[in-house]
Amino acid sequence: MLTVKGKCVFAGIAIGPLALFHRNTISTASRPVEDVEAEISRFQQARLESIEQLRALYDKALQRVGEDEAAVFETHQMMLDDDDYIESIEEIIREEQINAEAAVDQTAQQFAQMFRSMDDSYMQARAADVMDISRRVEQQLCGGQGVDFGQYDHVIIAADDLAPSETLQLDTDKILGFVTSEGSTNSHTAILARTLGIAAVVQTGTPLHTDVDGKLAIIDGITGMVYINPDEATLAQMKQKQAEEKERKARLDSVRGQESVTLDGQKVEIYANVGNPGNLPQVIANDGEGIGLFRSEFLYLENETYPTEEQQFQAYKKAVSDMKGKKVVIRTLDIGADKQAAYFELAKEANPAMGLRAIRICLTRPELFKTQLRALCRASAFGKLAVMFPMIISAEEIRCSRAILRDVQQQLDREGIAYDPDMEVGIMIETPAAAVLSDELAKEVDFFSIGTNDLTQYTLAIDRQATGLDQFFDAHHPAVLRLIRMTIENGHKQGIWVGICGELGADLDLTETFLRYGVDELSVSPPAILPLRDRVRSLDLSK
Amino acid sequence: MKEFNYTITDPAGIHARPAGILVKEAKKYKSSIAILKDGKSGDLKRIFSVMALGVKKGETVTIQVNGEDEGAAAAAVEEFLKANL
Repeated sequence: MLTVKGKCVFAGIAIGPLALFHRNTISTASRPVEDVEAEISRFQQARLESIEQLRALYDKALQRVGEDEAAVFETHQMMLDDDDYIESIEEIIREEQINAEAAVDQTAQQFAQMFRSMDDSYMQARAADVMDISRRVEQQLCGGQGVDFGQYDHVIIAADDLAPSETLQLDTDKILGFVTSEGSTNSHTAILARTLGIAAVVQTGTPLHTDVDGKLAIIDGITGMVYINPDEATLAQMKQKQAEEKERKARLDSVRGQESVTLDGQKVEIYANVGNPGNLPQVIANDGEGIGLFRSEFLYLENETYPTEEQQFQAYKKAVSDMKGKKVVIRTLDIGADKQAAYFELAKEANPAMGLRAIRICLTRPELFKTQLRALCRASAFGKLAVMFPMIISAEEIRCSRAILRDVQQQLDREGIAYDPDMEVGIMIETPAAAVLSDELAKEVDFFSIGTNDLTQYTLAIDRQATGLDQFFDAHHPAVLRLIRMTIENGHKQGIWVGICGELGADLDLTETFLRYGVDELSVSPPAILPLRDRVRSLDLSK
Repeated sequence: MKEFNYTITDPAGIHARPAGILVKEAKKYKSSIAILKDGKSGDLKRIFSVMALGVKKGETVTIQVNGEDEGAAAAAVEEFLKANL
């Protein structure tokens, strides 16, 4: 048995014969040509055919993996339309009187070298794009035959690396998985594999040769292990793991598109928590019914100065547009405590979790708050946006915040800028003060969302980040559960909806308890959505 | 000629995808459009030329537009930069 370890790309398990991946060899050797103009038109034809192929690949990718991952094929089309690139190739053909293949290759090397010599790693990696588009043109020049993917049937592909365009052509009914000696988990290839759900391990560092071609192999995409010629015990163990994984996946797939409703008919909305716009495809892939907590901090933490209104507006607008009319609850900035941005120039505090943070910063620096609220209001015109204030401890804070929001909306009215006048306004219930006063606070807002992480830490007086306190910590502490129940009941008395967006929301041991309290919404990380829906659908509260 | 400065705020700088869309936008106009950074100049209608400048976050570029539709072209490019980069 040969064992190699690489990096996990997609947590699937594949068992089957290995097939080494072959690319057609392309000859780019230089040879003289007599009719240079004919050679140039041969190049132009190959170039246009390549663009046509990329256009088809783009459409295919759009359908299979979405716009973000399809974009690379659009960028490649533009690269093939670049005048510098085209002129360089034509000039070489004309001046050196050589064939198009050699001219394309020379130009590719030169442009790739230009990228490799740049000083940042992202630009250096673009050399691969130049080589990829050039290989496509060379392939067209050499008769147009790409890789014949039809020859791979029920196999695990072994390659040095796969180009994104190659990965996209893998038929998931026929390709069990792939293992590559190079590549990276952040490459387009890896992202495509994840989106397509192909078991894959990359960057093993061990190139595989013809001696393993056709041999039985196992890819464990959960641990990153690849077993070639596995022994009986390993094979039996992995077969079982595969069966379990399959069953788990089938169960989750069966609740996709279904309502989150108990056997006796009680409904709950299952929303997603997201930290930045990059998570949006994950929300959609996991069938989130909305976004219950969109943390706006990324805009502040990724920047070296305050993000502009326009920058924020674009990010919020993208979130609501991508969610296509489903609700998106955006929490206003929650900087402070464990999330610090230097340019805020916050004084060092002995106890930042109880210091100047979140809404307290917003109310001390209303200009900052206004910029964010303006961006949020403008984005509300493009979908179903709700705004949520964090760290509230009094009704007065809500009234102040709403007054600032009203100012912003009146200003927008004067400027004739559109916004949603019915945008919901809610608060996080994450301090014991807010939970205790929830009967009064409910009169001031449209919804509550209970942040169980902070609520637990403040109620138990146990620091979330402290170590060595495990013996005192109880995630299901009755005091916290009582506060949650009270908050839900007080919200309902005023006719507002109440959700839970902290980690407890995803705790399957508490799902029944929360549903009995009458919770209206649970917001959890995207991978937790389907397991939670499965749990909800198995409960019968009438018993 | 129309000219303006813009400071990049996107954490990734002018990376491949926005460079491509920027070029697509620029190609809609007849005017020639140059992008300058630290004395180096690129052609905004050529993707490799734009990428070769390696513009990073926080760096300021100068856009120069020259031609019959320079007003509209400068406005469109500026708007694109503000919204995407």
